[in-house]
Amino acid sequence: MVRLVAFLVGLFFSGMLLIGLGDTVIKAIQEPAQPTAEHEFHEMPLAVSFAHDGPLGKFDRGQLQRGLKVYSEVCAACHSLKLVAFRDFAALGYNEEQVKALAKAWKTEVPSINPETGEAASRPAIPADKIPSPFANEVAARAANNNALPPDLSLITKARGDGTAYVYSLLMGYRDQAGYKNAEGQELLKEFPEAATPAGLHFNPWFANLNIAMANPIAGDDQVTYDDGTKATKAQMARDVSAFLTWTAEPKMENRKSAGWAALGFLIIFTVLAWMSYKTIWADKKH
Amino acid sequence: MSFPWAQEYKPQGTVSKWVDERLPLPRLVYNAVGAGYPVPRNLNYFWNFGVLAGVALVIQIVTGIVLAMHYYASVDGAFNSVEHIMRDVNAGWFLRYAHMNGASFFFIVVYIHIFRGLFYGSYKAPREMIWLLGVTIFLLMMATAFMGYVLPWGQMSFWGAQVITGFFSAIPLVGEPLRQLLLGGFAPDQAALNRFFSLHYLMPFVIAGVIILHIWALHIPGSSNPTGVSIKGEQDTVPFHPYYTAKDGFGLGIFLIFFVAVTFFAPNMLGHPDNYIPANPLSTPAHIVPEWYFLPFYAILKAFTVDFGIPFTGVIIIEAKLMGVLAMFGSILLLFFLPWLDTSPVRSGHYRPLFRKFFWFGLIPCLVLLTYCGGKPPYTQWVILSQIAAAYYFIHFLIILPIVSRIERPLPLPNSITEAVTGKPLETAAA
Amino acid sequence: MSTVKKTKSTGKKPVKAPKGPAAVALNADKATSGGITADDLGVENNDQAPGVRRRDFIHIATVSFAGVGAAAVAMPLVSQMSASADVLALASIEVDVAAIQTGQSIKTSWRKQPVFIRNLTPAEVEEANKVDVGGLRDPQTLADRTKPGKENWLITLGVCTHLGCVPLGAAAGEVKGEYGGYFCPCHGSHYDTAARIRKGPAPTNLVVPEFAFISDTVVKIG
Repeated sequence: MVRLVAFLVGLFFSGMLLIGLGDTVIKAIQEPAQPTAEHEFHEMPLAVSFAHDGPLGKFDRGQLQRGLKVYSEVCAACHSLKLVAFRDFAALGYNEEQVKALAKAWKTEVPSINPETGEAASRPAIPADKIPSPFANEVAARAANNNALPPDLSLITKARGDGTAYVYSLLMGYRDQAGYKNAEGQELLKEFPEAATPAGLHFNPWFANLNIAMANPIAGDDQVTYDDGTKATKAQMARDVSAFLTWTAEPKMENRKSAGWAALGFLIIFTVLAWMSYKTIWADKKH
Repeated sequence: MSFPWAQEYKPQGTVSKWVDERLPLPRLVYNAVGAGYPVPRNLNYFWNFGVLAGVALVIQIVTGIVLAMHYYASVDGAFNSVEHIMRDVNAGWFLRYAHMNGASFFFIVVYIHIFRGLFYGSYKAPREMIWLLGVTIFLLMMATAFMGYVLPWGQMSFWGAQVITGFFSAIPLVGEPLRQLLLGGFAPDQAALNRFFSLHYLMPFVIAGVIILHIWALHIPGSSNPTGVSIKGEQDTVPFHPYYTAKDGFGLGIFLIFFVAVTFFAPNMLGHPDNYIPANPLSTPAHIVPEWYFLPFYAILKAFTVDFGIPFTGVIIIEAKLMGVLAMFGSILLLFFLPWLDTSPVRSGHYRPLFRKFFWFGLIPCLVLLTYCGGKPPYTQWVILSQIAAAYYFIHFLIILPIVSRIERPLPLPNSITEAVTGKPLETAAA
Repeated sequence: MSTVKKTKSTGKKPVKAPKGPAAVALNADKATSGGITADDLGVENNDQAPGVRRRDFIHIATVSFAGVGAAAVAMPLVSQMSASADVLALASIEVDVAAIQTGQSIKTSWRKQPVFIRNLTPAEVEEANKVDVGGLRDPQTLADRTKPGKENWLITLGVCTHLGCVPLGAAAGEVKGEYGGYFCPCHGSHYDTAARIRKGPAPTNLVVPEFAFISDTVVKIG
């Protein structure tokens, strides 16, 4: 009885799947999927290497400090960094006084309450504060940005596939759409005339749908002046801010890697000992 | 319990004797996983995975309990509380990554454990009850893992909850009210998150309870073995301790090396980037996928694309969506009937030439394909592949297995485990 | 993996002669294994002392390694309970006391505990200094509990040292107790104008947190 029912159920499900298969094939022939501009012209992140790559990689503190400078002078006007506190900047190699100064000098102040009147007010940040957001809320952010919402950047490199390289590629990826060709030599506007970037958006093949609301944020060299004298080329700034945003997304990366090596080393010794123990105990047993 | 030659627990010392007379817990442990449990001497490394699954559960419970000390189940606070754990709590990043990857490793281990059972016929008499309890544990694990994935309240959490509870709305008449009952609202929100947290905390203990039954049931007939031949006498067995405790210790080391390598060096490899975006009920991710361990079932769900009805009349009896849901649950529930579908008296796949071919060249590729297609967007080629693979899945278990059991001529079995191991007939083989 | 292979290959692979009977190892293991004996395993027992030690050592090393590992894992499981970085970041606060008039006090919060900041009147200072310190349960002078030149600023935790209630006396109109300082209503502890315990069950004076005047009117607590 069980086997009979099973046989019928199996026949039903597999039959429906095979009918579905025929249906899929017929539909695919009758109305083959049309290629889309996103599919043909979206680029995977560029290959770019960092000091923190790999199981032994450590952050380059100088690079993170430069990245913070790029973030605070370029990105912070629109993008929040809500999950990071000023105190966390100690990990970038700043001492307590420098962190305090950074917090105090931050362009956006922390919302607070006027202690006399109870009205909304703002005060300079202290190290314990999270980085204040440039906009009070989502509505304000959209209103100021042509109805686009600048995403919070705290986790951006973990929230995108191959995130560090993605941020770098996006920043370096603004192109002139007229005459743009992909690696296969197809010209975008010839193949997909309807894919012309709408007004108010900007063409960037590294963005998922090719048209991003953000204007090219680092348009040219020397947009910031680095304290350590590094030449602020466009690529340098993009790399530095990508490294900085990797740190904001994974501030414990170095602890994680060093703990990992300790754990691995310990476990390898344990496993060898356990193997010897196992072999010793089984020495007399054929199995 | 069942073998007359099993060593008896002899309490040494006054305290041990005193305890044994009042609460023979050490005796229970001794008989369950100590020297008092005789185990076939020929188990291979596939038999390590039961113990490893137990270890994985313990890892999940321990890390989960400490994470719950910092997590708060609120739609506004859940995401930030997870990030608070990652950033500010002492060693919080370790606990969270261990819990997150621990779930994946729990499934890896349990899947190998299940495949061991499928290949070596561990579900056959007299071990049907062990198998039934095992499938129950698997179902509970899936529910627990799903609810746990919702807790960080990221984009994939939210939309996963939306889609999976959406399965229930496929049920005619009661579907939509049932979904609202499960969610406590019209969409996943505070009520759903809170109850998922509550149940996610509870279920592992339920799983632990069923595991105790699973092990209890195991100790009635004793462990199966790679030959599938029953134990004939003392020379076929060794005591669990120290023989298999030592082997399991070694297996544990290997397991932990893999677990640590992923947890510390590629902790987000098995996760989805979208879950680092806070849940947004107004915007769906471009491509919703469940965690990797659900992908085969997700592929089966998506493979059903046509309604079942009376041709040319437009009468629909079962909609494609409902059928997908039924098939997805069916694909797991059919495992409950496996002991009665595969009627071959031979347990081990080693001695079943036809069964073995279908297992290695049918079932395994089919599951690999389903896992792969489950994570792909609905492009024609992936839909076609998942339809073929899903059809094979049902044909394999429901049609091929019963037929193969009937027509197959098994290879000659060894007379005993000892003979298989030593190559000598039973009488002359000494341990 | 394959038992079939094993059965087949048995002919080729000579059975390894046990290097010194494992019975020895098992015997050595007796304590932990709950008393397996060589006889139980059907293996002959002949003593080989060096073997015993070497094998014993491996088992002991393995088990102790596992123990060390478990202890190492227990560390993060326990340390996660201690104060997290965001809590520690708030471990010190700065309070502007300019607005507190003589004779007034305010309650503020430091490390999630109440702190009393009291601007003592000259009479209260004098009263506190008059007391014979030797006769106190917790002998301290007012000067011990305040900063030089700022003896009128009494800063204490608002936590009764008996069982942790918040004493009265900081807000206007509250009972100040028999000694004009603070009074804990839970079990009747009376504190004087230097917040020293004078009567009741509390064992010590109200705790003075670490603090410093970073300007004339701003106090840093913690």
